[in-house]
Amino acid sequence: MTAILTISGLEKRFGGVLATDHVDLDVVKGECHAIIGPNGAGKSTLIAQLSGTVVPDRGSIRLNGRDITREAAYKRARLGVTRSFQITSLVMPMSVIDNVALAVQAREGHSFKLVRPARSISRIRQEALARLAEVGLAERADAPTVILSHGEHRLMEIAIALASGAELMLLDEPMAGLGPTESARMVELLSRLKSTRTILLVEHDMDAVFALADRISVLVYGRIIATGTPDEIRGNAEVRHAYLGEE
Amino acid sequence: MTGFGKPGLPVVVVVALLAVLPTWFHFNGDAFYLDLATRLVILGIAAVSLNLILGYGGLVSFGHAAYLGIGAYCVGIPAHHALYGGLDAIATNSGWFQIPLAVAVSALFALVTGAICLRTKGVHFIMITMAFAQMVYYFFVSIDEYGADDGLVIDTRSELGLIDFDNPLQLYFFCLGSLVVAMALVHMIVNSRFGMVLQGAKGNNDRMVSLGYNTYLYRLVAYVISGAMCGFAGALLGNFTTFISPEMMDWSHSGELMFMVILGGASTAVGPILGSAAFIIIEEVLSRFTIYWHLPFGLMLLAVVLFARGGFSGIIDRLRGRKLLPGEG
Ligand SMILES: Nc1ncnc2c1ncn2[C@@H]1O[C@H](COP(=O)(O)OP(=O)(O)O)[C@@H](O)[C@H]1O
Ligand SMILES: [Mg+2]
Repeated sequence: MTAILTISGLEKRFGGVLATDHVDLDVVKGECHAIIGPNGAGKSTLIAQLSGTVVPDRGSIRLNGRDITREAAYKRARLGVTRSFQITSLVMPMSVIDNVALAVQAREGHSFKLVRPARSISRIRQEALARLAEVGLAERADAPTVILSHGEHRLMEIAIALASGAELMLLDEPMAGLGPTESARMVELLSRLKSTRTILLVEHDMDAVFALADRISVLVYGRIIATGTPDEIRGNAEVRHAYLGEE
Repeated sequence: MTGFGKPGLPVVVVVALLAVLPTWFHFNGDAFYLDLATRLVILGIAAVSLNLILGYGGLVSFGHAAYLGIGAYCVGIPAHHALYGGLDAIATNSGWFQIPLAVAVSALFALVTGAICLRTKGVHFIMITMAFAQMVYYFFVSIDEYGADDGLVIDTRSELGLIDFDNPLQLYFFCLGSLVVAMALVHMIVNSRFGMVLQGAKGNNDRMVSLGYNTYLYRLVAYVISGAMCGFAGALLGNFTTFISPEMMDWSHSGELMFMVILGGASTAVGPILGSAAFIIIEEVLSRFTIYWHLPFGLMLLAVVLFARGGFSGIIDRLRGRKLLPGEG
């Protein structure tokens, strides 16, 4: 069991709110680690600190043994961490395939390449199309992103995470706002994904969490109150009281 | 968006008109229209350069007129010293020196100021680009040797071998050729992998950062290219007007360049040209009626922004969509 991500003593305060309260957490290579907790528990803030958009006040984040606590966000992506956003975050004016192609392109090092037309590079286009096919969006490739449905946008986020080739995927509520059929499709997609990637999954949909997670951590008021297998979490009285009971 | 090497129909039509009409007027003895067209084409280059960062990069630079001034002074100052002596290192009438100097100094100015401006966002970016431009303005106001706020007469136009800038038609076609090259360059850049990142950062910076792009650097490179291109336009402007004063760098002229890009349709190939054409025409027509022509001009811009999204190019696209105009629709 080698930890790909090691979080120790992480703290983040927003004014009077302690959004991250001394969080210690290991994410093991190959696992799907879910983080659950009520609204406002600090899940998105944790993801933001891992991806580098929020700077922690205290503590450290190590990726494969390397301290990335204060590393710039764009550098972490190059080190193999990618994220999806709780609120869909795509380049809306661009086509679907252009969005995914940008993720493929990012993997090839810098893009200070000003001459060849990007859309004529078949290596990049084909890989982007393959990722779209994986999430079932191949026919939508040339559509402007903005006309796709919310469910399709969520799938695009996954296609982009796949295309980025990151070994660690931070997924912030991928099922948010999905209907039952779309959710089922997303669960099916993520369960295929988890055999090849390490996933840190923030999710409210308990059925999805218990279907996907190898381990679950429960976050309440910025603190991790329990970590364990799905069975252990289900049987944990404190968790039932603090969180599952409220559902 | 059209592919590389295939200019859209509007571009071809506009360039063809620009090649034919002024020539016709010229040979029919009306020098005025060739003058207007030359100004249009030079401002067109400046607008094309601004479109790279404003239209495709989402960077609202309110200081682009500074580059026109820098470029023009890079012609005027060496010419001044060639005539009156002093500063032997740069004293020359050679365009082979002056024009590259205009491009290099503009690029350097864009690099230094861009490195600072691009740390800010939104209104702050607009204000700080304007502040840097005003700094250049006051810098030249304070130099008596170059005429301070009275400006500097450029006694000799740039000498460029076979091309004679004293011949209005030759100057015009040099400018028109430069405009075509500038448009081709911007077209190439925005469709490249670099251009995709630039447009991606405009559409959603967080997403691009989370993919691993240091968007700051991409924007800085675009900013420098844009500044260099506008400095080139400034060198042409100096040759056209044979006069340069700090007033040319006033913020109102930066605003006019922005108007041209927005009026014509930002992030389209032909937009900046349509915008500068509209600007020249409106300026000519309205200024005959009133010296307060900026007011109706501003109202027209407001109307375009409110009612015709995408400027003139947007209107053309919509007409094509309704099959009222030929094109890919
Ligand atoms: N940028 C911010 N500024 C101030 N407070 C914030 C900020 N981001 C999050 N918070 C606060 O931190 C707490 C945790 O928020 P968040 O991480 O979004 O929770 P979750 O994703 O678990 O619902 C909330 O009380 C929220 O209001
Ligand atoms: Mg959240």
